Amino acid sequence: MATYLEINKKQVKEEKWEEPFYLNMGPQHPSTHGVLRLFLELEGETIVNCAPIIGYLHRGVEKLGENLNYNQTIVLSDRLDYIASAANNTAFALAFEKLMGLEVPRRAKLLRTIVCEMARICNHLLWLATHALDIGAMTVFLYCFRDREWLLNIYEKICGARLTHTYVRVGGVRQDFTQEIIDELYKFTEEFPPRIYDYETLIDVNRIWLKRTKGVAVVPAEDAINLGLTGPVLRGSGVPYDVRKFKPYDAYGEVDFIVPTGKNGDTYDRYRVRMEELRQANRIIRQCLDKLPETQGEPVVAEDAPDLLIPEKIRKPEPKPVPKKGVIFKGEEVPVVPPGEAFASIESPKGELAVYVVSDGSSRPWRLRVRTPSFVHISAIPYMAKNHLIADLIAIIGTLDIVLGDSDR
Amino acid sequence: MLEKLIFFLIAAVILLVIALLHVAYLTYAERKVIARMQQRLGPNRVGPRGLLQPIADMLKLLTKEDLVPYGVDKPIFYIAPFISLVCAGTGVALIPLWEKFVISNINVGLLFILALSSLSAYGVILSGWASNSRYAFLGGLRASAQVISYEIAMSLALLSVVLMAGSLNLMDIVKAQINSPYKIYLIPQIIAFYVFIISAIAECNRVPFDLPEAETELVAGYFVEYSAMRFAIFYLAEYFGMVVMSALAVTCFLGGWVGPFEVPYVPFFWFLIKLYFLLFVYIWVRATLPRYRYDQLMGLGWKVLIPVGIINLFLTALLKLIF
Amino acid sequence: MEELLNELKEKFSSVIIEIQEKDYPTLICKRNGFLDLMKYLKDEKGFKYLIDLCGADYLEYKYKNFEERFEVVYHLYNLDNKILLRLKVRVPEKDCWQYSVTPLWRTANWFERECYDMFGINFKGHPNLKRILMPDDWEGHPLRKDYPVYLEEEQEWKTYKEFKEKIKEQS
Repeated sequence: MATYLEINKKQVKEEKWEEPFYLNMGPQHPSTHGVLRLFLELEGETIVNCAPIIGYLHRGVEKLGENLNYNQTIVLSDRLDYIASAANNTAFALAFEKLMGLEVPRRAKLLRTIVCEMARICNHLLWLATHALDIGAMTVFLYCFRDREWLLNIYEKICGARLTHTYVRVGGVRQDFTQEIIDELYKFTEEFPPRIYDYETLIDVNRIWLKRTKGVAVVPAEDAINLGLTGPVLRGSGVPYDVRKFKPYDAYGEVDFIVPTGKNGDTYDRYRVRMEELRQANRIIRQCLDKLPETQGEPVVAEDAPDLLIPEKIRKPEPKPVPKKGVIFKGEEVPVVPPGEAFASIESPKGELAVYVVSDGSSRPWRLRVRTPSFVHISAIPYMAKNHLIADLIAIIGTLDIVLGDSDR
Repeated sequence: MLEKLIFFLIAAVILLVIALLHVAYLTYAERKVIARMQQRLGPNRVGPRGLLQPIADMLKLLTKEDLVPYGVDKPIFYIAPFISLVCAGTGVALIPLWEKFVISNINVGLLFILALSSLSAYGVILSGWASNSRYAFLGGLRASAQVISYEIAMSLALLSVVLMAGSLNLMDIVKAQINSPYKIYLIPQIIAFYVFIISAIAECNRVPFDLPEAETELVAGYFVEYSAMRFAIFYLAEYFGMVVMSALAVTCFLGGWVGPFEVPYVPFFWFLIKLYFLLFVYIWVRATLPRYRYDQLMGLGWKVLIPVGIINLFLTALLKLIF
Repeated sequence: MEELLNELKEKFSSVIIEIQEKDYPTLICKRNGFLDLMKYLKDEKGFKYLIDLCGADYLEYKYKNFEERFEVVYHLYNLDNKILLRLKVRVPEKDCWQYSVTPLWRTANWFERECYDMFGINFKGHPNLKRILMPDDWEGHPLRKDYPVYLEEEQEWKTYKEFKEKIKEQS
């Protein structure tokens, strides 16, 4: 069992009757947000060492992506970070557009930005709900879900699905907004800021909350960059790295927003960074909605976006020439994509989501690599959890905001 | 002699039934009140407005499979829930409900209730040890340390009341309150009241001190391996503890059965009103506050509540000496 | 940016084979002396952030102009000057190992474990090179091009098959 722990040299105590106490917070646990397994070595209640074990939700997205069209892989991308799936779709679409050299029309860019920011609000509301529930405040959970339900209903009007949208496609978006959706989004942006104030008054000045989160899992800025942390976790440590400002994509170059940064790098700072991001996301949606009437009547998909058909022959080498699952092939294989490679990254609500794609001229990717933030954040848990108690471990998992679909792909 | 015995027997049975009904409907009231605070309805399907929900829960728990895990210490595993239930439930017999009614009027009533709450710690420790599981073990450790620490704070708060009243008999304490110029001991002993309420919440393992059975961390702590009726017994024991502690607070601090005006035919009216108010405070605190971490919890008990209790005791003694 | 690339080409001319200008400047390097180049980039030039480390399998790639089968791709980012560099190291199939950059960037630990799990490339100097996404006793490296997308009955995971047989015996 001890081989799970990454540090091979353990200091063996001289007294033979003292053994370390191992506790396994197994794949099934109410607060590990999915199937994450943590193997802890405890001394009393203090964690001496911790080894996260992942792979329980590995579905082979990278391997499957090599056998599907470019437009079909967008469906796979929905299921990675299933809470904010519009962001995943955008990352894939950006990488493929870079590969193919497409130029997306302005209206599509604005629509994409609106949908991504709505996804950010949904994600942060769910994060607040589960984080507060893990620490013990049950009421915040239900308040946050009330607003999230509103947003999910708007999503259903936009693209028909509440959770896995597949709205953003290669070259633009699937379909335009109707006037009803725009009106309801205006109403949402009006009524949302007082509600953020509600959530804050419930927990922000609570002494128990402050005691549980201040000073817990402090990560200094140098270590944060070295460990590869991104997103609100890095910004809580004082590094103002935000992909929307450093490498702008979509309509983020046109809108005006600030990037909140923390000071100490503890759990409380990350909480405040995310609450402020909720307000900024609201502001961005408002500005994009104001710019929409200027682009009325533009197309929402690029003109030369490839109409990718399912090709006839499967790529070799394969042990059997015909696959088992009965996919029907028609049409010919058309060379649509110039061979080469592309790298694109976006600011997903959890961190930096990057896609690296290599193509060989056919209508399928040759290598599709997804760099997800949750994978890197889980690898930082042993560093952050040293010398903390088990109760803090739950707070740490909550503040890193991990989703196992994102890390296991 | 025989008539007295029969009278006491019937009174005890009736009181037990009423107490059990109170406990069962306390679970229902908790779910409804917390739901309203979270902007949703509580259970409202079973019976009119969900009033038969506790009966449905009891029937469900009676018919569930009783799993006994491999490798447990069988005699201790079977006995531990009953220790908790008996120690929590016996306290009901000592509380004076109205002027002429208390099932057992012993001269050391307060001490007896404190001793029973100490004994209930045994139920927790034994169940944590006997279940062959690390989570239960951790929960049992935490619970035992917490219960022992907060008992001291509770005893100190109650000692101030004993000083003012001059006796450990619960009936005499209430009578002393009525005869004193303040009518209820809440006014001079407000610090002791706060200390007592906080310690009572910690004794019953309720939020914000419910780390031993924290749902999201230890997955129900020391009773994680219990199922069906044994789990129901632990659950009942917790709510019984709540009722007994609230009744004790009403007796010692809020004046027992005294009220501004007399209600005919219902001598225990004011007692019940005050009891329900305190139970509502328990539920309100559960809906609102997050949970303390273990070392902060122990810090609160030892570093804050015990010094405050001692200071309060000295002040009370001083004032009693002067006046 | 131009000066940076020229400077690197002069200083490490034995390590860098080629500099390509795709969407981001790509440096194709040899395996020997690679660690010195990375150390120079991290300490002197301020590329403190390793975004990604992955492998790619180029078996029967149509536009291939080199012999080795695998490639390990690194993406480095400089937060102060906002420069993104891509480095590639070519790894042959027979001699399948590469130096580990874990001492420099701690985030490379899990990236290299995943690369080993999916491709079979060993990393010298890695503290704990084990499988990360697949179960510990899995055979084969899934993202290689000669690994099938659908597994047949005989190729299924041994542990699972034994488990199924044990259940059949007991019932």
